Amino acid sequence: MSFPHRHLLGIKGLSEPDIFYLLDKAEEAVKLSLQREKKTSTLRGLTQINLFFEASTRTQASFELAGKRLGADVMNMSVGNSSVKKGETLVDTAMTLNAMHPDMLVVRHSSAGAVALLAQKVGCAVINAGDGAHEHPTQALLDALTIRRMKGTVGRLTVAICGDVLHSRVARSNILLLNALGARVRIIAPRTLLPTGIEQMGAEVFSSMKEGLKDADVVMMLRLQRERMEGAFVPSVREYFRFFGLDAEKLSYAKDDALVMHPGPMNRGVEIASEIADGPQSVIEQQVEMGVAVRMAVMETLMLASGRN
Amino acid sequence: MTTRILENVRIIDPSQQMDETGSIIIENGKIAAIGSSARNQGAPDGAEVINCNGQIAVPGLVDTRVFIGEPGSEYRETIASAGKAAAKGGITSIVTMPDTNPVIDDVALLQFIQRTARDTTDIHVHPASAMTKGLNGKEMTEFGLMMEAGAACITDGRKTLHNAAVIRRAMTYARDFGALIACETEDADLAAGGMMNEGLLASWLGFSGIPKEAEIIPLERDVRLAELTGANYHAAKISVPQSSKVIRRAKDKNLNVSAGISINNLTLNEVDIGEYRTFFKLSPPLRSEEERLAMVEAISDGTIDVICSSHDPQDVDTKRLPFPHAAEGAIGLETMFAAALRLHHSEQVSLSRLVEVLSTKPAELYGLDAGSLRVGASADITLFDLEMPWVHYKDEIVSKSKNSAFEDARFTGKVLATIVNGQTIYSDQ
Repeated sequence: MSFPHRHLLGIKGLSEPDIFYLLDKAEEAVKLSLQREKKTSTLRGLTQINLFFEASTRTQASFELAGKRLGADVMNMSVGNSSVKKGETLVDTAMTLNAMHPDMLVVRHSSAGAVALLAQKVGCAVINAGDGAHEHPTQALLDALTIRRMKGTVGRLTVAICGDVLHSRVARSNILLLNALGARVRIIAPRTLLPTGIEQMGAEVFSSMKEGLKDADVVMMLRLQRERMEGAFVPSVREYFRFFGLDAEKLSYAKDDALVMHPGPMNRGVEIASEIADGPQSVIEQQVEMGVAVRMAVMETLMLASGRN
Repeated sequence: MTTRILENVRIIDPSQQMDETGSIIIENGKIAAIGSSARNQGAPDGAEVINCNGQIAVPGLVDTRVFIGEPGSEYRETIASAGKAAAKGGITSIVTMPDTNPVIDDVALLQFIQRTARDTTDIHVHPASAMTKGLNGKEMTEFGLMMEAGAACITDGRKTLHNAAVIRRAMTYARDFGALIACETEDADLAAGGMMNEGLLASWLGFSGIPKEAEIIPLERDVRLAELTGANYHAAKISVPQSSKVIRRAKDKNLNVSAGISINNLTLNEVDIGEYRTFFKLSPPLRSEEERLAMVEAISDGTIDVICSSHDPQDVDTKRLPFPHAAEGAIGLETMFAAALRLHHSEQVSLSRLVEVLSTKPAELYGLDAGSLRVGASADITLFDLEMPWVHYKDEIVSKSKNSAFEDARFTGKVLATIVNGQTIYSDQ
């Protein structure tokens, strides 16, 4: 089979076979990354531009490494707000880059929909590396790969997503992906951090960790941004940690072999206790490892789909 | 003396409960005779006789909420270009909003609009006066002088007054000058950060939404203050059924309160935003389909008095941006009538009611010499073919800005000619 999409803008629109195709491809990349010789020539001669309008060390490094392992030429552009301050619009930036004939654009932007707008204006494949609170598809894919490798399957597992769903693109992509693969999704958060209509998004909603984590197979913690901690959405860090932070007691309600995940970067002592983040159930480091593999799989697949490799 | 006669024309004029086929005799820019009784009166020598082949004539349409770029942003729209767009859309009178640069908060600026309109356009242009100086929400403008100079109403345009004491005083003061206070109502704090209607769709797109309460709460405040002060208050752009209820209750109490709605909220819904289409980023936001239908019902049952275009020209510099950064607003002069006719073709609103809310009623509320084809009235007439299909192509947009929420839309019903003071200023040839 082949992959019927030109870009990866979100999990929305991907079918179950599309997702499995990417996960299977990523398994091969995992093997490659464990060899001494980690580099292939699959994408040799192709140009990948990482266009990050919002700073991100981890995701950008992961995409850069993925591209380099596939043999592509990788250029990083951390745009920040500099071009915006100079008055250049996103579309102008896109047109400028497009004139340089890249084969892949990896884009992160603080505005939901910005990556889709850019994809309409350029002639190459576009990969969404996170747009506002909309989607972060490669994160959801790497989470699924991590779960599948640890549990053998994703379908029928109970996955609890805890924390700031309102502002989280990771949560949206994961809700979509987990539903597509038939997992049971639970959401646990204070009401102020939940989007309107969350009950209709394919998730069961809990306001207590004890109930929400009961018999969960996977516990996914979300990052709580600092500016949202002090009165705006929750009154204080200590109150948040007391009721929604993952500590040993709360984790004990989940299954004994439940996986603990976090997309990083973590706020230790805010949404997750250090002992849990570093504990035996934590697969946070594996997530990072799977990140490179999933991004390799996505890039190779899109280049294959566009006939460029 | 010049005489023009429209023959064989179906006349729909809610101001005189007329829906009949006959003739319209225009003398010196005024209606001299109208209706079936005006048939076969014989044309005087030199009269121009136009056979309308049974097409429909209605009082020229009145659009009470038009944002223009002049002064300040002439590249988006001038009074002249808005006049051309209006004429194409069958609109003969517009009320222009004061949110320009500079703000229309002074008699000299009001007169600038009037002069420019006189010199550059054929349609009637009635500038509104700002309610507060520089739209600062604090100090009142000179309502008395502005009304005397011909201001159509007092409004802070897109801005909702935050301070209840200020609006109370404005209402109290305006009453003595018989001024209509027209307000949009959106609570800035509740709507803060909101990009579209609050709900599931916004949540999936990753946006915080604008809850309907952001509209209802300041509206309820304003209506209470209108009751307290006896002001003539117009809620300019309501969008949710709960707001209609507030208006309905006010009317049942015989308060001097009326309401308008943007054509966009009557004919589009939040789903039109699709994948971040910024031309559908509007204020008030497009609501759900159920809410849209309830608003259509509120037009029919008389709760809402006015349909406006909320014409708001924006260029690529403010629209071709990521959705959160894009400006709100869409142009609408050219499509308001055709879009409104959809409500007739779907059998939801009668044709005469549509003409009433697009012409007669707004003219009456804003005190304009328009909205009626009674003998002696100015011969402002919109002639249209109710059944003609057409497509609103981007290339054919007359407005300087192209941000239409109806790009490539298919319509049934087209303006054939627009007549102002007896002169044909637009003809669909």
